[in-house]
Amino acid sequence: MKKWFNRIYMTLIYVFLFAPIVVLIVFSFNESKSRSNFTGFTFKWYKQLFSNELIMQSLWNTVLVAVVSSVFATLLGTLAAIGIYNLSRRKRAAMMNLVNIPVINPEIVTGVSMMVLFVFIANFFGIELGFWSVCCAHITFCVPYVIMNVMPKLRQMDISMYEAAQDLGCSPNRAFFKAVLPQILPGVFSGFLMAFTYSIDDFVITYFTSGASFPTLPTTIYAMTRMKVNPQINALSAIIFVVVLLFLVISNFCTNKERRKEEI
Amino acid sequence: MLKSKMGSVPFLVWSIIFIMVPLGLVLWYSFTAKDTGEFTPENIFRIGNYSSIFLKSINLALIATVICLVLAYPFAWMLSRAEAHKQGIMMMLVMLPMWMNFLLRTYGWMTLIENEGIINKMFGFIGLGPFEMINTQGAVVLGMVYNYLPFMITPLHSVMVKIDRSTIEAAQDLGAGFWQVLFRVQLPLSLPGIISGITMVFVPSVSTFIISKMLGGGSNMLIGDLIEQQFLGSTYNPYLGSAISLILMVIMLLLMGIMNAFDDDEMQGMVM
Repeated sequence: MKKWFNRIYMTLIYVFLFAPIVVLIVFSFNESKSRSNFTGFTFKWYKQLFSNELIMQSLWNTVLVAVVSSVFATLLGTLAAIGIYNLSRRKRAAMMNLVNIPVINPEIVTGVSMMVLFVFIANFFGIELGFWSVCCAHITFCVPYVIMNVMPKLRQMDISMYEAAQDLGCSPNRAFFKAVLPQILPGVFSGFLMAFTYSIDDFVITYFTSGASFPTLPTTIYAMTRMKVNPQINALSAIIFVVVLLFLVISNFCTNKERRKEEI
Repeated sequence: MLKSKMGSVPFLVWSIIFIMVPLGLVLWYSFTAKDTGEFTPENIFRIGNYSSIFLKSINLALIATVICLVLAYPFAWMLSRAEAHKQGIMMMLVMLPMWMNFLLRTYGWMTLIENEGIINKMFGFIGLGPFEMINTQGAVVLGMVYNYLPFMITPLHSVMVKIDRSTIEAAQDLGAGFWQVLFRVQLPLSLPGIISGITMVFVPSVSTFIISKMLGGGSNMLIGDLIEQQFLGSTYNPYLGSAISLILMVIMLLLMGIMNAFDDDEMQGMVM
């Protein structure tokens, strides 16, 4: 009895979580524009999607911003984590407060506050908001996630390896790259991935910092949902869902493999 | 390089330019008159006119947080009692929807609950409705609950997996009933998860501006919509917008402070 109750309850929650996604995907194949009557099977919305220049341009912008800002955030964040790791206790606590500001602050406040700064800069130099402002904003909210991923790896790291490398004649820099970096690399990598996905997915901060002429995928999706019914959104959702699913399955598979290797 | 303290300098400079300066500008704008550019506390006073929007946002966000907690608590508990190899996949299924942009998921709900939508059609089959679901406060709460439910499940689950089965069994052996076990063993032990879950749901709910726009129609304006309107909307007034942002930030900081104090006390209590 209790077991059945548990099963039904969990299934209901999963249905709740997946219902809108399933509906979006099913109606991406719908012949008509109706969102409640399935009239026939078609791929035409997918074809329209791929010939939609605005969406393709937005996709390109999104990927460009994500690559640039996550690479930069990873460099900045890894360096910062090492620096913070070496600070005295009190200074470290102060720095961690700074790291936490963009995480704790409501996104909309981060967005508008940076918008105020960027508008200031843009007016001063006579330029427009665009790629540069979105990148600066994304780097700012991504860096904390890199630091949070690298910090624990630094704490777990075996410092004697670094000392041993130097005793054996490595210069401090060489010892860092040979003995330290490999130990913290998993943290750096997961920080990079997190920064990349947050950057791709971000809407609120991009919305306020992108200006009028630099659409990214989320801002374009928003503009599309404000207009009349457009099944291209459904097609886009289906594609994104498949990409995400593939990515998760592959990454799950890789970590399982890794774990098995460690067990052996 | 490892021993260097200089590594944090670029980050420090970056944070000052892109975090501290913008927040300073918001503070400055909050106390600046729109027309003359002089110092004025008027923006802050004007917020009084919008107190109903503030109350509505806090009210809806609170309702959404409570619903999330009530839905997520049993779910996370059942999840934490499942077999270890199943838990990984089940947790992944909880997070999977979160990987899709929330605009798309919210758009999916628009399709489901609109007047001609699928849910109303299903009600039609059994002779009920149609109900007016979209563009109501309930729809806004639904959007918040849907989008932030995983933020409640994750911290609860991570605390609950650490609760030993034998603790529960010991309580039962000593004669505690279902409710006694729940209130005197399970809840106190999962309190850190509850607290971080509440903050993780409440903060984005109270400051959202998209969910209210997409599901609430024009009549359910929240704090986020009000701020957005001052910066990108028809009533361009970044001075007033900054003042509202400032107040929102202060409310959040107070809330975090209260939550943290609560958490620490309980922790000390548990150690004693």
